Amino acid sequence: MKKLTTPKELRDLQAKIKESVNPDKSRIIICAGSGCLAYGTKKLIDGFEAEIEKQNLQDVVEVRTSGCHGFCERGPITLISPENVFYQKVGLNDAAEIIEKTVLNGEVIDRLLYVDPQTGEKIVHENEVAFYSKQTRNVLGSNSKIDPTKIEDYLAIDGYSALAKVLTESTPQGVIDEIIEANLRGRGGGGFPAGWKWDATRKAQGTPKYVICNADEGDPGAYMDRSVLEGNPHVVLEGMLIGAYAIGSSEGYIYVRNEYPLAVANITIAIEKARELGLLGENILGTDFCFDVKINRGGGAFVCGESSALFASIEGRAGEPRAKYIHATDRGLYDKPTCLNNVETWANVPLIINKGAKWYQGIGTENSKGTKIFALVGKINNTGLVEVPMGITLREIVFDIGGGIPKGRKFKAVQTGGPSGGCIPEEYLDMPVDFDELTKLGSMMGSGGMIVMDDRTCMVDVARYFLRFLEEESCGKCTPCREGVHQMRVILDRICEGNGQEGDIETLEWMGQAIADGSLCALGGSAPAPVLSTIRFFRDEYEAHIKDKKCPAGVCKDLITFTIDPETCNGCRLCFKPCPTDAISGEKKQVHVVDQEKCIQCGACFEVCKFDAVIVK
Amino acid sequence: MKDTIKTIVEKYYSDKGFLVPVLQDVQQEYNYLPREALDLVSSNLDIPISQIYEVATFYKAFSLEPRGKYQLALCTGTACHVRGVPQIADHIERTLELKAGETSEDLEYTFETVNCVGACALGPVLVVNGEYHGKMTISKTGKLLNKLGKERDAE
Repeated sequence: MKKLTTPKELRDLQAKIKESVNPDKSRIIICAGSGCLAYGTKKLIDGFEAEIEKQNLQDVVEVRTSGCHGFCERGPITLISPENVFYQKVGLNDAAEIIEKTVLNGEVIDRLLYVDPQTGEKIVHENEVAFYSKQTRNVLGSNSKIDPTKIEDYLAIDGYSALAKVLTESTPQGVIDEIIEANLRGRGGGGFPAGWKWDATRKAQGTPKYVICNADEGDPGAYMDRSVLEGNPHVVLEGMLIGAYAIGSSEGYIYVRNEYPLAVANITIAIEKARELGLLGENILGTDFCFDVKINRGGGAFVCGESSALFASIEGRAGEPRAKYIHATDRGLYDKPTCLNNVETWANVPLIINKGAKWYQGIGTENSKGTKIFALVGKINNTGLVEVPMGITLREIVFDIGGGIPKGRKFKAVQTGGPSGGCIPEEYLDMPVDFDELTKLGSMMGSGGMIVMDDRTCMVDVARYFLRFLEEESCGKCTPCREGVHQMRVILDRICEGNGQEGDIETLEWMGQAIADGSLCALGGSAPAPVLSTIRFFRDEYEAHIKDKKCPAGVCKDLITFTIDPETCNGCRLCFKPCPTDAISGEKKQVHVVDQEKCIQCGACFEVCKFDAVIVK
Repeated sequence: MKDTIKTIVEKYYSDKGFLVPVLQDVQQEYNYLPREALDLVSSNLDIPISQIYEVATFYKAFSLEPRGKYQLALCTGTACHVRGVPQIADHIERTLELKAGETSEDLEYTFETVNCVGACALGPVLVVNGEYHGKMTISKTGKLLNKLGKERDAE
């Protein structure tokens, strides 16, 4: 494609691409996000293509891959346009039938439709599924409309128009004022107003100035940024371009986890395509504005999501944070003024420019504007990515969108904010979700992980899980974090092992406070949060472990026993084989017994028993 | 090896800042970071070997030892954890007689835990040589390990 040298050429190209789409041609749109690919979607795509070739239908229908649709629980997800029929859990064997019935004859295949668990109704269109209908998919919505490897698709939904708009209509300060007015707050965790950061970087002394996209999404159980970057890479590039123009930067980096190979591949292609069209590089759209982006892949260190550790990593060093008495906006990467924002933050920028700060201000709560994407995972029926307006309640997210807890079990808590966040119990489910409300509860918005837990989740074990994670990921530079987190974990280990002592809870509390006060960076500063918040809301569970030597949720191995209920056991012997220590005995059709001497509490019998005859206590 | 390392370094503009991605490509090529390769990276990028050693041992992704033919990565993300990954990890460690992070002496198996692969709908997830196995249970894990053992014996 020819380099675009004026904004008008961009508009002409967008129009040309839109005109070239044949409205009569059917499309089979298959979600090819990492979640669906893990289900084996690649084979499904090949299967559809082979079938189309076999039947010689290339002029009638085409297969399109798209970014993540978000409803990972129901993958592989397939949309059939123009009717937009929504099929879920599509398998290779369904390909021929879909082409035959739906594409060629307009028939809907009942078996592949989503069934609403509340009403039993079969739902034909994506936007009518309860999981989607309560969302506001401003950022994620485009994912299903585009193939992330094709810049044409992004241009067809007016992509790069926001860039053209700022280059022709706004001064850099005007752009910053717009972002400040919109009150866009950083989506990576801290919630710092992006506009102020841009303004500070613009006003800082020194060149070059750097613009960085933080895609080092390290929180376990969170994959929002990956889905945006791999599903719609150009919106992130466009956001960075607008930021660079406002700040006066000509060099940018995208720092992305190496564990996200598809995101790396798609953003690499996106950068190449944008360069070819002259949307990155020298004299963009014929103006004086020059900007280019390089990709830097992380090495699997959680701490590198912290800005100063991230700079160290880009500079080719070990990712250790530094003290923050000098802001990154003054001296960041290579000691130059640097503006770092997260993937989702950048992806919001073109929306704000296109629709205006006033529009953006209309969504959300007083101090938290716009939408937020959450990864809704754990003990939840509808695992997936949900984009909701700020101010929605946790109950709406967990029960209306998420469909509640599997197997009708009882909701216990939702964990937000990743390893730096906290657990929120049932009595706060009606609280509105925004930056400030979550902080009040001792948790935080974080990057958007939302892990749902039921009555079979032990809160002491969860706290220990996060501390183990942070102990492993602590860079070791400052003592409160390196030694303090380790010592807290040792105490939690002993509580979980049944050796907890009187006073352990109080020790955890004061140690947690000391670590939070004394650590160098946010990793250590927030490391005690999972422990402190679980003590705050689930103190009785800690006490049960320490005083009664019991794990009420039936998780901590040293505090539980597996027995077989003689009333329920029908002697099927299904539990014999998986038991690694041959601890279960009993004749066929006779009640089985667990030998407590041999039992290692692995839970294999509990898992296979179809009659709920294995009891954990 | 000399040419391979040179090509990798040049792919990243011979820029010292790209040390981490360079090492990633080297590991991709050799399955681990061999000492000679690190020496070559050191001379090509003009970075002292001590600094390369610091970086190679700081980041979890790197291994200075050869890794197994079957690489098992068990996701220990929060969603997988609450769905019972600790029991599965125990089961793998018991069966393969390996602790997480270790490679078997015959270089057949490497077992490691990873923070989160972001396929939470499928959790618990076990990735074997890049292939995802979802909704794992203790018994499914046992069957999979059996299958790998048979595959290995057949060769």
